[in-house]
Amino acid sequence: MRLAKVTLIWVALAAAICVPISAAALSPLLAWRGPVYILAGFAGIIALGLVLVQPLLIAGYLPGLSGYRGRRAHHWIGGALAVAVVIHVAGLWFTSPPDMIDALFFTSPTPFSPFGVIAMWAIFAVALLAALRRRLGLRTWRIAHMSLAVVIVVGSVVHGMLVEGPMETVSKAALCALVLAATIKVMADLRVWRKRTTSR
Amino acid sequence: MTTVVFNRRNLLAAGGTVLATGVSGLLLPARAQGIAPTPSMSGGSNNYRKGAPTVDRIGKGGFWMSGTVRRAGDGAPLANQRIQIWAHTTEGQEHEPQSHGATLTDKNGVFRLEMPQIIPIFGQPHGHLAYDSGEFMTVFLRPVMRSAKETSLEAHFVLQPA
Repeated sequence: MRLAKVTLIWVALAAAICVPISAAALSPLLAWRGPVYILAGFAGIIALGLVLVQPLLIAGYLPGLSGYRGRRAHHWIGGALAVAVVIHVAGLWFTSPPDMIDALFFTSPTPFSPFGVIAMWAIFAVALLAALRRRLGLRTWRIAHMSLAVVIVVGSVVHGMLVEGPMETVSKAALCALVLAATIKVMADLRVWRKRTTSR
Repeated sequence: MTTVVFNRRNLLAAGGTVLATGVSGLLLPARAQGIAPTPSMSGGSNNYRKGAPTVDRIGKGGFWMSGTVRRAGDGAPLANQRIQIWAHTTEGQEHEPQSHGATLTDKNGVFRLEMPQIIPIFGQPHGHLAYDSGEFMTVFLRPVMRSAKETSLEAHFVLQPA
């Protein structure tokens, strides 16, 4: 029974991330894209998958990765998320510099661009704050990180849903729904917003 | 799901245009007879290649880009105006020379150019059009298709003297 539950959780997580990636890999649109553009797109899809993993890790919901191991994995996945976003943006820049410049300067005609750019800056901000977290104090760090996490999740989900690209609609919507659900559940469970005395 | 979003947006845009036209027509009767010039759209000039050749068809065709060119103020159709068209299609990326071509308007100010199927690029299936011949002020348009499955797209220019 216990093993069945563990297996189910990991299979469900793998499916939630791998099904959208596989569906996108079958998209006919890829035939008309260059390798760099394809790489940039998949870096974005993988980043969205990592955004699902992050709250699950930090809350210790993933079997075998609770407590310290979960937090260590959360740190490393956070770094990987920042790298994936850099690849996403750099690849799109290479594919069409003027479109990427428009997006970064918030002058793009596409409604999803500002959501993606804001989420990108929030991801970079968390990475920077994480490096400085010992100087911030636990409570400040937590509030800053959780606020930015909300920006990252909402920005990423809206960005992803509005983009019309190789991602298949149903699997994309399911992944986005899971990202939102996981974030809400973890936020509620961790009670980080509640005042409490903390010691480090 | 994206289709719904685009439809709603287009509906809002169209509704807004109708409302704006109607309301400004009522509130500003002096301007009702003057047709306003089309402003350039943001991102419209992206990947423009000045001086692309006039062609009978871009690539193998299969998709139709059409529209009109009129003069601001009286709305008179403008004949023999050069309109350049480009997009990311099944035959090439937006910046590549083979994705670009130009055509001229007929005596009714209508242009129509066959090109390869436009496919979504940077998150939206869209085309680019430019008027950039000097006699009138330059205008860049970037119309978006309601669905990536559509096989035609329209864009309309109202030009003002340079």
